[in-house]
Amino acid sequence: MNTIEMEVDVLVIGGGTAGPMAAVKAKEKNPDLRVLVLEKANVKRSGAISMGMDGLNNAVIPGHATPEQYVKEITVANDGIVNQKTVLAYAQNSFDMIQELDKWGVKFEKDETGDYAVKKVHHIGTYVLPMPEGHNMKKVLYRQLKKRRVEVTNRLVATRLLLDSNGAIAGAMAVDCRTADFYIIRTKTVILATGAAGRLGLPTSGYLFGTYENPTNAGDGYSLAYHAGAELSGIECFQINPLIKDYNGPSCAYVTGPFGGYTANAKGDRFIECDYWSGQMMMEFYRELEGGNGPVFLKMNHLAEETIAQIEEILHSNERPSRGRFHAGRGLNYRDGMVEMHISEIGLCSGHSASGVWVNEKAETTVPGLYAAGDLACVPHNYMLGAFVYGKFAGESAAEYCATHTLPPVDAGQVERERARVWGPLNVTDGLPPSQVEYKLRRMVNDYLQPPKITRKMEIGLQRFAEVGEDLGRLSASNPHELMRAMEVHFIRDCAEMAATASLYRKESRWGLYHYRADFPEKNDEDWFVHVQLKKDDQGEMTCFTRPVDPYVIPLDEEEKTAYQKLRIVKESAIA
Amino acid sequence: MSYAINRVTVPVSVDEEKCIADKGCTVCVDVCPLDVLAIDLAKGTAYMKFDECWYCMPCEKDCPTGAVNVDIPYLLR
Repeated sequence: MNTIEMEVDVLVIGGGTAGPMAAVKAKEKNPDLRVLVLEKANVKRSGAISMGMDGLNNAVIPGHATPEQYVKEITVANDGIVNQKTVLAYAQNSFDMIQELDKWGVKFEKDETGDYAVKKVHHIGTYVLPMPEGHNMKKVLYRQLKKRRVEVTNRLVATRLLLDSNGAIAGAMAVDCRTADFYIIRTKTVILATGAAGRLGLPTSGYLFGTYENPTNAGDGYSLAYHAGAELSGIECFQINPLIKDYNGPSCAYVTGPFGGYTANAKGDRFIECDYWSGQMMMEFYRELEGGNGPVFLKMNHLAEETIAQIEEILHSNERPSRGRFHAGRGLNYRDGMVEMHISEIGLCSGHSASGVWVNEKAETTVPGLYAAGDLACVPHNYMLGAFVYGKFAGESAAEYCATHTLPPVDAGQVERERARVWGPLNVTDGLPPSQVEYKLRRMVNDYLQPPKITRKMEIGLQRFAEVGEDLGRLSASNPHELMRAMEVHFIRDCAEMAATASLYRKESRWGLYHYRADFPEKNDEDWFVHVQLKKDDQGEMTCFTRPVDPYVIPLDEEEKTAYQKLRIVKESAIA
Repeated sequence: MSYAINRVTVPVSVDEEKCIADKGCTVCVDVCPLDVLAIDLAKGTAYMKFDECWYCMPCEKDCPTGAVNVDIPYLLR
């Protein structure tokens, strides 16, 4: 096992969606910069969109939506707790990004006049743009990386960031999951683009890797940011999604909705007015699932043959193409049956909800030289297009920072400590297999953190996570692959502790099911209309504090504020 | 500490007749996001080494000879 040293200007950690965009934009800003994408898998097929994506969920296209309207929608969808400036910055750059992707060769659905064929899925506005041929997404990004001469390393797992004596970024350390070689990468800037913490809860199937998110996304960046002293925000606003039961992939009401498909109860009746994923929608979903009319299904069997065939073509060839195989195995055909649904395990993901590393409208975190974009950056409901836009912001901001900063020296103590930690499991011959520790940890995440959240349960959870923390030193790895899994257990445990700590701190309920506290069941705007921030303090302890919500740049009227509180369909009383 | 070996069926199967790993092909191994595939050097074919599959299918889609098949993991089927 070797130690390898590298030196760059911009280090992008994560080569999925936001990462490649950040690298390309840093290079565009200054072609002389040394830009490296460090990827845990292979950039050709990595991240949440490894197989592609079936549409844009938040396209702000002139003639269909305005940035102001979009900011309002996300403000109410996220129960008021948003830094509107970040959402507005996204919305104002959304259309330019769509046009750029179009130019790069991404195919979006257009109508007969050549206009983008945007569909309505959200409660108020119209933002969903299908990509029936979205399976070529990663190829398009890869071509851009090559064109801009961005350097790429595959199969490296970043484990910790290096800081200089002022707490600014000085580098990162990583381990090769095939050779266990240890990397010290000196850099002026780091852009975190590692995606969601998707391996936090355990899917009900019990299969560790049967997660909603790409399980490679184990929360690495949340842990890296935390240990570097960055502020995280909204961690208590969990990601919980409505999914196909057992398969655990999206049932894709966004795709089927515009064709006439909808979420239904066992009787085949609609019970929610809007299928757009929000905490409020998930609460209604959860109630129906657990109620007498449950479980919940995706209903398409009332649609015409050609419509169903078209839906099948989209769903079985893009984001999660194995779903056709899953349905075939169970003998389910959309034409004559409904798709049984369930709710996902919990995760952290600002792409869908709001939990992430705190960033401003330039993708800057609270650590100098550190930027974040994509699912792990706290810009609520940002989805794939938001990852591209914030990737762009991050790349450009990092390039600007490089122009005025020199490469900081590396502290040998930080390197030594980290190398000992990372290689540790290889020297433990009689220890715990990472898979067993991960299973127990994630099972306890379900037991203690899955909403409804209960104070005493979360306190017990914290105690259990601390006990697992003591087991980390006994993890053993018999090969470099297992070593990667061992390091991921560290990330997952950090995320579990953050999820419990932030959830305990916010003593109210908000965001529907995402932060439903059984012992504080009401929303309390008087005390809790604030961001809950989480960071590692000077003593190395996990601490929470509040940040006021900045005055809105796009004010909302009272009617708009309550739009997402009335998602359940109210049946008119039967006429006698 | 003592260890047990638990047998599990794995979702990815490789048709040994079609696999051209013996000619130096490593496409399926390269594209797997979870890095669970490997080449059996003695046989000259690819196989699933770790039971950590997201049934996402790049290995099957990108295989130049159609040798790889991804099934849904048994626990989910």
